[in-house]
Amino acid sequence: MRVLYDMKCTFCGNVCDDILIQIDEDGVSTKNTCKLGYHKFLDHPRIEFPQVDGQKVSYDEAIETAAEILVNSKKPLLYGWASTVNEAIAYGVALAEKLGGVYDNTSSVCHAPSTLATQETGIPASTLGQVKNRADLLIFWGCNPMSAHPRHPTRYSVFPRGFFVEGRRKRHVVVVDVRKTRTANIADEFIQIPPNSDYHIITAMRMILAGKEDDLPNSVAGVPAEKLVSLVDKMRNARFGALLYGLGMTQSRGRNKNVENAIRLVQELNSHTRFVIQPMRGHFNVVGADQVPTWEVGFPYAIDFSRGYARFSPGEFSVTEILRRKDCDSALVVSSDPAAHLPARSVKHLADIPVIQIDPHPNLTTRFAKVVIPSSLVGIEAEGTVYRMDGIPMRLKKFKESEYLSDEEILERLYHKVVELMGA
Amino acid sequence: MNLIIRNGIVYDPQNGVAGEKMDIFIENGTIVENLPKDAKVIDASGKLVVAGGVDMHTHIAGGKVNTARVMRPEDVKSGIRRNPGFRAESGYTVPNSYGIGYRYARMGYTTAFEPANPPISAFHTHEELDAIPMIDKGTFVLSGNNWNVMEYTKKGDMEKLAAYMAWLLNRTKSYGIKVVNPGGIEAWAYGKNMRGLDDVVPYFEVTPADIINSLVKVNEELSLPHPVHLHCNNLGVPGNFETTLQSMKLVEGIENKDRPVLHVTHVQFNSYAGDSWKTFSSGAEEIARYVNKVDNITVDMGQPVFGSATTMTADAPAQFALHKLTKAKWSNMDVELETGAGILPFFYSPKNPVTAVQWAIGLEIGLLVNPGKVVLTTDHPNGGPFTSYPYIAAMLMSRKKREEELARVHKLVEKATSLPSIEVELTLEDVILMTRTLPARLLNLEKKGHLGVGAEGDVAIYDFNPLEADPSRDYGVVEKALSSAEVTVKGGEVIVKDGNLARQVYGKTYWVNTYTDDHWSLIGDDVINLFRYYSLEFSSYGVEEEWLKASHPVEVS
Repeated sequence: MRVLYDMKCTFCGNVCDDILIQIDEDGVSTKNTCKLGYHKFLDHPRIEFPQVDGQKVSYDEAIETAAEILVNSKKPLLYGWASTVNEAIAYGVALAEKLGGVYDNTSSVCHAPSTLATQETGIPASTLGQVKNRADLLIFWGCNPMSAHPRHPTRYSVFPRGFFVEGRRKRHVVVVDVRKTRTANIADEFIQIPPNSDYHIITAMRMILAGKEDDLPNSVAGVPAEKLVSLVDKMRNARFGALLYGLGMTQSRGRNKNVENAIRLVQELNSHTRFVIQPMRGHFNVVGADQVPTWEVGFPYAIDFSRGYARFSPGEFSVTEILRRKDCDSALVVSSDPAAHLPARSVKHLADIPVIQIDPHPNLTTRFAKVVIPSSLVGIEAEGTVYRMDGIPMRLKKFKESEYLSDEEILERLYHKVVELMGA
Repeated sequence: MNLIIRNGIVYDPQNGVAGEKMDIFIENGTIVENLPKDAKVIDASGKLVVAGGVDMHTHIAGGKVNTARVMRPEDVKSGIRRNPGFRAESGYTVPNSYGIGYRYARMGYTTAFEPANPPISAFHTHEELDAIPMIDKGTFVLSGNNWNVMEYTKKGDMEKLAAYMAWLLNRTKSYGIKVVNPGGIEAWAYGKNMRGLDDVVPYFEVTPADIINSLVKVNEELSLPHPVHLHCNNLGVPGNFETTLQSMKLVEGIENKDRPVLHVTHVQFNSYAGDSWKTFSSGAEEIARYVNKVDNITVDMGQPVFGSATTMTADAPAQFALHKLTKAKWSNMDVELETGAGILPFFYSPKNPVTAVQWAIGLEIGLLVNPGKVVLTTDHPNGGPFTSYPYIAAMLMSRKKREEELARVHKLVEKATSLPSIEVELTLEDVILMTRTLPARLLNLEKKGHLGVGAEGDVAIYDFNPLEADPSRDYGVVEKALSSAEVTVKGGEVIVKDGNLARQVYGKTYWVNTYTDDHWSLIGDDVINLFRYYSLEFSSYGVEEEWLKASHPVEVS
């Protein structure tokens, strides 16, 4: 039996790094995982072998066919990336630039509005340890970590014993959401707001902070004004507050404007006390999928290279719009399942063009992909670097050998094949 | 490839060469005495030949640089350049990694050090450093607000502090100790700052002076190659030159025969007199007088240039103050147990009295401090992009150029600074000293910054004849030539030719390896104990050597 300590979980943006893995003849068992993490380490169906048009081929043949498709396209779309490692993403960005294609990652249907807001306002944030050690006020807004990031409350925010905050009893926890979530059940206070009212409510809170509460109506979007006054009072009087928000804010009406408003609220609060704001990022390396292209070419997502350099235009170069406009003639999908998650009109075009998929597991996209290249599981069978939701780099280790190539190896080979076909 | 650089006009202050017509031989990447075999000849007749430039303070990699790119698409868009056969570039003040490497290479620079590495995200810094082509690099580890550092300082346990710093340099693969607003960033976690060297850091009960003293002491104890790299308290505040002087006086009597013991960085931002923005004026003369008087301190300029800049620093409270002042978009990152960061865009306008005076103060520093003690920097991109170095060099060398510039700046410069009356014109040799010899010496990179036998084959050739062109009069010609090297050679490879990229290479990453298991036996328990307050496990912390693209550990005896 082999016991491995401090392994990292590659499910959500928490990237918990205290997982214990036990390997014996019965297989792999884990400790310290949440329910989501537990399932991550179980065996799931795998893509068994490289395929072209459903026929088994070798890795070399699959990669060569993929390279030919990409080189012969006018504008390939390279999409996915949030569930693989930085080293693979860097090859993806280089490929997109070389091919004059488009790079987009899954954040374009997730926390991209947070990026747009950051472009307007910046973002005052902190690492998770700062929240753990100091936050005496936590506001979870439009996010439900008890279900989506299950160990966030225990490791980083609600429950842990911090250096300056002794533990749960010394923290005031508020949940703002459209429905009573599991996180609301562990909170001290739950403020229910109607769907799509985030912008109004945050605006009212900024008015209250600016001393203009007398100008408010008795209720804002159905929430009594005094409730908001009391919330803002708590925020102002906290020693260190953290507003942690999720897709409830980014994907409801107002989107980036909601986030922008929330960031401004937090920036203004810093004239009174210390306050930070942090998006609850989903996939374990969606932060890397933004960060790598940012240092490689300057922008995080929705990047078009058709002019030989990077242009950024979300709403124009992001995956749903590119596909809906039929503005790409092939697609490379890495560690993602757009067929299951994008609007039908976008998926329809995806089904009409040659798709190359690189993924450990079969999914809906596999069904119509022309070239399917199986890869090993990062953090289990492959190494590499990922960024936790607060940007802290984590190096993944592997604990199993695999017959599959890693995403990084596949993309490296694909990159060199493309360079060979196109000429330097 | 072996090279002969023939008939160039060589300036090499370290070896006492100033404007001599010489041949330079490079064999297997190193400068040699004798004609190498099978060498390619580069004709440098009538052209300036110098060592590759060395930038010792430039923010080019890591979380804050990337955050700046994310929040400034308007900047990223402004520096677009296609490079057929190479990667594309973007950005003006915050270029992409390729842009950074290419622009340094085109400017004749071959080495650059990132001065702010937050330990917990050290690998992000290294990932970005590894992505930068063309140049050698290194980074300094942020230490002035680190809980272990403050704990050991409070206890006065210098042995353990030295052991901890040896370990931290090793874990983060850093080259030196960086101190930013000592104690102030920790205080900022609860909204406070350090206003004087004797302020007391909340909870930790140490003062900024204590922190500087103890880190300087262990820096000597460990015989680190680089002096303590200090960003003083009160950055950007009128009247702060006094804090800066007090900080410098802390190292009085501490000597090291090989190098200074303290490097006060981007000192322009810490050379302000007056007591408010209304009475804002220059304290550069006092700073220069002190630095010239002592032997154990050097500075770099942190010169602002007119136009767009992106301010980024670990000095998070200073950045919040700037945000309140300018209302510009503002990012902050509090880093648990260690440090912080603040980022916001800034614009230096010649018509704005404050920014015009800042511009003048930087030049005063460059002109009044002995060239052997001041390095030419902009604190990229805080004062503006590093691509402005030739402009700054031209101003230092030409009073006429300065007068031209002075004609368009706000009149407060005449009242609040001495710049208009400074007659000093630096020589080309001085500028080479400030951009090659001195920074290499401060980094203790013996094979950098000069062209003597045994030096690395890092050479820049600029298309002007320094024996004919007079930088004082022909500043336009000189500035233009320095902006775009005709040829840049890195480790014996021609990487820029006729001003264009010729070949993509990747340099090495310097870091100091002085750590031993004995150090760990002193501090292991303390380090592990504190880890319960980190948000990651001890085993996830730090950078392994094999993760670096081209690790170059420097052993210290």
